[in-house]
Amino acid sequence: MIQAIGRRAVTAVEAVGQVGHFFQDMVRALPDVRTWVGPAIVQMRRVGVDSLPVALFIAAFTGVVLALQASYTFTGAVPLYFVGTLVGKTMMLELGPVLAGLALAGRVGASMAAELGTMKVTEQVDALETLAYDPYAYLVVPRVIAGTLMFPIIVAFAMATGIVTGWLTSLALLDLSTNDFLKGLKLFYVFKDIWFGLFKSATFGFTITLVGCIVGLDTRGGAQGVGRATTHAVVYSAILILVLDAFWAVVLL
Amino acid sequence: MIEFQDVHKAFGPKRVLEGFSLKIRDGETVVVIGFSGSGKSVALKHIVGLLHPDAGDVIVDGQAVSTLDRQGLTAVRRTIGYVFQFAALFDSMTVAENVGLGLRRRGLSAEEIEDRVREALALVDLSGTDDQLPAELSGGMRKRVGIARAIALRPRYILYDEPTTGLDPVTSAVIDRLMIRTREHLGVTGVVVTHDMRSAYTVGDRIAMLYEGKIRQVGGVTEIQETEDPLVRQFIEGRPE
Ligand SMILES: Nc1ncnc2c1ncn2[C@@H]1O[C@H](COP(=O)(O)OP(=O)(O)O)[C@@H](O)[C@H]1O
Ligand SMILES: [Mg+2]
Repeated sequence: MIQAIGRRAVTAVEAVGQVGHFFQDMVRALPDVRTWVGPAIVQMRRVGVDSLPVALFIAAFTGVVLALQASYTFTGAVPLYFVGTLVGKTMMLELGPVLAGLALAGRVGASMAAELGTMKVTEQVDALETLAYDPYAYLVVPRVIAGTLMFPIIVAFAMATGIVTGWLTSLALLDLSTNDFLKGLKLFYVFKDIWFGLFKSATFGFTITLVGCIVGLDTRGGAQGVGRATTHAVVYSAILILVLDAFWAVVLL
Repeated sequence: MIEFQDVHKAFGPKRVLEGFSLKIRDGETVVVIGFSGSGKSVALKHIVGLLHPDAGDVIVDGQAVSTLDRQGLTAVRRTIGYVFQFAALFDSMTVAENVGLGLRRRGLSAEEIEDRVREALALVDLSGTDDQLPAELSGGMRKRVGIARAIALRPRYILYDEPTTGLDPVTSAVIDRLMIRTREHLGVTGVVVTHDMRSAYTVGDRIAMLYEGKIRQVGGVTEIQETEDPLVRQFIEGRPE
């Protein structure tokens, strides 16, 4: 029993050490701008194209549900225009970033882990090294940069979409006027709502792509290994997103 | 010259190389034979610093590979072309991009790269496949692209990891001829890892057998063919016992 705990602890410490090393290699590769800038643009486009439809789809339905649930909860005790407040605040602060983050962990994170995992087990990563390319500069940095920069943009669109569908729902189903919705939306709005949500999104994008790359490049054992890496990437980044979300709430709110 | 000096390498409890020593002289082609899983690929990866020895070292042109910093290692890697077992072509790139990738890294101009790519593809009889993707090629063609990618760099050394494994006899013979042609054209020194004895006899000047982490026997082709070591005999004749 104690031995088992000991072994786990050692594994955990090793994992942290491994991430540390990975991070160091990534930072070392940063000055090699010529190598990563081209692939980074390709990856940014890919992250955008892969994620935007999913993120908007989720946000659209979330906006509808938020509006309906708000009015259901208020039941006359709270003025109905607070629906606008609740939809806006929730989309910006929490559901926009987190739902998009979780969905994209499954999409972007998984596809990066699968791609790099395949490259690893088919020796493409070794081949890059023998051709004098640094895999961190060529593969990792572009992906992490793409994730960190693109996520806030995607989430900004998601926030807007959710608020718009929330507003449309209020108009159509809740007898709320546009003016009242906007009044509610502006009521407690502070600029921090937006930047907090977008900053959080950037950290989620960073985390998802970093985990995808770490897990992908650590892949061993053929097609099975690639499958395992993909699942791990999704699970780890989903957990990390929720932990980070709580962390930022404690630290920044 | 490439020289393995008493190289030891283990993965956890699994000892793969245990005192591996072998000298590859300039201009010759040495074939390393051995059972699957005996550590042939592991040995090759030590030459380019993809793996680091636990003890001992590999000396390339007088430099101990494991002691080099990144720049030193990059310099050594530039003298070596590596042909991977399953070609390790980049899936998302065309044939020409694959062959040209290493050249781009060296800062050659676009025209120079184009010339060299054309020349390398011609040497492996794949002219005109420039715009195809690896997925559209047969196994033998992929291997040839892998060889073209290595020779486009005009290296001093080429390392081949099982170049004929998994290919039909005719395609294997094509690859053998290609390795010989490459050597004649570029004067490269070669290390070929294989368990295909026909290929070993065709391309090798000397043959070395890796067994239990060490070189069991090394010698010229006829010397190996006439060996009295029962284990080497068994391997080259492909007998079950
Ligand atoms: N990166 C690695 N991590 C752990 N074990 C490895 C690694 N590379 C090779 N091995 C093990 O080393 C042994 C020799 O492998 P290899 O050199 O690929 O054999 P072969 O002679 O068939 O090329 C095998 O048992 C393999 O499982
Ligand atoms: Mg092998």
